[in-house]
Amino acid sequence: MKKPFAITLDVGSSLANHTGSWRSSRPVYIDRMPPCNHQCPAGENIQAWLYHAESGDYQSAWRQLVRDNPFPAIMGRVCYHSCESVCNRGKLDQSVGINSVERFLGDEALRRAWKFVPPQRESGKHVLVVGAGPSGLSAAYQLRMLGHRVTIREAGSMAGGMMRFGIPKYRLPRAVLDAEVARIVELGVRLELGAKVTNILEEMQRGRYDAAFLAVGAHIAKRAYIPAGDSARVLDAIAVLREMEGETPPMLGRRVVVYGGGNTAIDVARTAKRLGAEEAIIVYRRTREKMPANALEIQEALQEGVLIKWLSTIKQAGGTRITVEKMALDGKGFPQPTGEFETLDADSLVLALGQDVDLGLLNGVAGLQLVDGVVQVDSQMMTGHAGIFAGGDMVPAERNVTVAIGHGKKAARHIDAWLRGAGYVSPPQHELATIDKLNPWYYADAPKTVQPQLDIARRKSTFDEVVQGLDETNALFEARRCLSCGNCFECDNCYGVCPDNAVVKLGPGKRYQFNLDYCKGCGICVAECPCGAIRMEPERV
Amino acid sequence: MEMQPIKFYQTGTFTVGNRLLGEDQRAVQANLQRTNSLNCGHRACQGCGEALGARYAIDAAMRAANKQLIAANATGCLEVFSTPYPETSWQIPWIHSLFGNAAAVAAGIAAALKVKGRTDVRVIAQGGDGGTTDIGFGCLSGMFERNDDVLYICYDNEAYMNTGVQRSSATPPAARTATTPTVGAHPGNAFGQGKNLPQIALAHNIPYVATASVAYLRDLESKVMRAMSLHGARYIHIFVPCPLGWGAASQDTIKLARLAVESGLFPLFEAEHGEVTGVYKIRKPMPVEEYLKPQRRFAHLFGPTPALETIARLQAGADRNIRKFGLLAEAI
Repeated sequence: MKKPFAITLDVGSSLANHTGSWRSSRPVYIDRMPPCNHQCPAGENIQAWLYHAESGDYQSAWRQLVRDNPFPAIMGRVCYHSCESVCNRGKLDQSVGINSVERFLGDEALRRAWKFVPPQRESGKHVLVVGAGPSGLSAAYQLRMLGHRVTIREAGSMAGGMMRFGIPKYRLPRAVLDAEVARIVELGVRLELGAKVTNILEEMQRGRYDAAFLAVGAHIAKRAYIPAGDSARVLDAIAVLREMEGETPPMLGRRVVVYGGGNTAIDVARTAKRLGAEEAIIVYRRTREKMPANALEIQEALQEGVLIKWLSTIKQAGGTRITVEKMALDGKGFPQPTGEFETLDADSLVLALGQDVDLGLLNGVAGLQLVDGVVQVDSQMMTGHAGIFAGGDMVPAERNVTVAIGHGKKAARHIDAWLRGAGYVSPPQHELATIDKLNPWYYADAPKTVQPQLDIARRKSTFDEVVQGLDETNALFEARRCLSCGNCFECDNCYGVCPDNAVVKLGPGKRYQFNLDYCKGCGICVAECPCGAIRMEPERV
Repeated sequence: MEMQPIKFYQTGTFTVGNRLLGEDQRAVQANLQRTNSLNCGHRACQGCGEALGARYAIDAAMRAANKQLIAANATGCLEVFSTPYPETSWQIPWIHSLFGNAAAVAAGIAAALKVKGRTDVRVIAQGGDGGTTDIGFGCLSGMFERNDDVLYICYDNEAYMNTGVQRSSATPPAARTATTPTVGAHPGNAFGQGKNLPQIALAHNIPYVATASVAYLRDLESKVMRAMSLHGARYIHIFVPCPLGWGAASQDTIKLARLAVESGLFPLFEAEHGEVTGVYKIRKPMPVEEYLKPQRRFAHLFGPTPALETIARLQAGADRNIRKFGLLAEAI
């Protein structure tokens, strides 16, 4: 075609002009790691399940959640939800009530009797899990989902471990615990109760197991030497909490003194209050800042009228009196005796000084390394003995249910890989979605009418089982408060704000794509992405 | 003035779309079937606010007019970058004549359509601030005065950008342009000059006058829709940052537009027949410095000895807008 002078293009659309060639850097869609996911000891993909919950698709939300944690109804009650303390929304108004939504999803699943989908293929391998606590049950669930045969041997007469014997009913109703355990058993996991394993190697040979996961927990109460008169009533905290599961509640009396500063001490003191004690006093040798118990639990205990004597040790226990010595912190922050004494009236003294692990089943196992009464494991949760893995309270880690569940999941993945003769390679971690990566202007402020309702529901839900958790409307609003940090939630902002019409919208669930023929690399999409799911990357020249 | 009362914690009405909303409640720009009236391949600079504003406004007008729309364009960036011969980025019937006569050309088209009985076809005129507030002002005032059935849209980037950033009557005080250099006792554009065209349009008592901003898409679209639902002379003044002329980063276009509104420097309002019918309340009030600092045209205010007095005069202007239009939400 003959063209006029100085004209090289056919008359027509500017689409012939590929302005993408102007670009020196290009936008790239990415997923960043939301702080909540990063924080969760059980490795839950919180943002992902909230995403489903936001649209009211609770079953999808629950199914996403249980990929990492088979106990949402339990965790929605007892988890210390450190995820909420790192929530980016907390820097705008208040963190998302992740824990209360988790509880809602867990309860919804129980109410609607949602079941796990059994594995499609059997691996032919058989794994022994010792201990039916959170870690053992979590591992058993994950291993079963991967197609392995699983047998759990539990020394006690009921499953649940510390979830049953360490967490009082007012925090975790037993019907909820039983239902979530039963759902795992229904998956085809064999659960043998009252079946203590005394020698792991013999047991593995007897049952011809291909691998074992040990999670026997820490149930032996630590003792401290306290001179006590004959009439003194000295109990240990684990025994007290275990007796709560029996027919007759423990006799603690009107005035109960609890010695220790961990969560168990708090649980016993709160339990004593509920059993009718007029006074429940926790004696702890250091200060509130140094107390290992969860801050929320301390606060709740204080609200319930539990008293705490800081900087005090017990010197002597008599029939109705306890002698306490005052302490002072030295320059290094360690408590030192001051020589000042006082007496407390007490009908009983409960020792909550920590627990040791019963390692009897490991006698004669070669290659094991024990340090400070716990079993050392490598980065794959395997002990020094090939094929024997361990997790939960019996390995060095923070002792709580969430950590235990995380151990179970992690160990299951490595056991699965080990059984296949391969190594489990965890996918590379995305960079953290910090608040500076977000454009929070786009997030609406919460309507004033809904916010207080949520506050009340959230506070009470972690306080007392008598009060219900979130109802559906509240749960939906709470889920929608999620900022979806680092992960596209299809708000169409990039599609809208591109001056060059260079963003292609792919339709619901499919997100977007850049048309690099026309993208000039201005970066507006990156700046205006509310959740930080786009990044500029320099063009390679 | 917000389009709809639904409020979500997560996305509110502030994002372009929202998967939690029904299709009919999302912005025109969220729609896969939007016209893309100003298509890819146009030669505007990176991060051009005017290109963005034009697509926002014309796409909305196209939806309102059921795609029966003709646009007359004044000379200016928008015309130059969209239609270098032989290309055009416009996916609508579009005509360019001269710098100053867009309003007159559009009025002529409207008259011709009237003669032919084509009530289904609507007419738009558009131009930059130079073509509107300076060169085309006479034609525009005439169009207003005759109440011609035209919606005139001014994309205000506060100077003649296409020809090399010369001052227009829409250039704000203290801004550096090629013709208001930062020299002498009072560097930059002088205080007390220029004109406020939305106010002048208002004084013509025409059916509809509104200001809008590329940072407030849903508000912008609702104003175009409202204007298109009316007949007679209508005027919308859209604030469109210019990364090149303002010396701002290309990714900051929307941020600056937002700050102009939140600082009170650019009030968003709408009016019918000379009477203000609504204002957009400021969500997060900001001092003018936040808006001025990222722009090199105001860099002389923030040197080693900041021009505190000048900044205070600019702040006083913003405060005047806030008082005049009642831009702050009542304290709760």
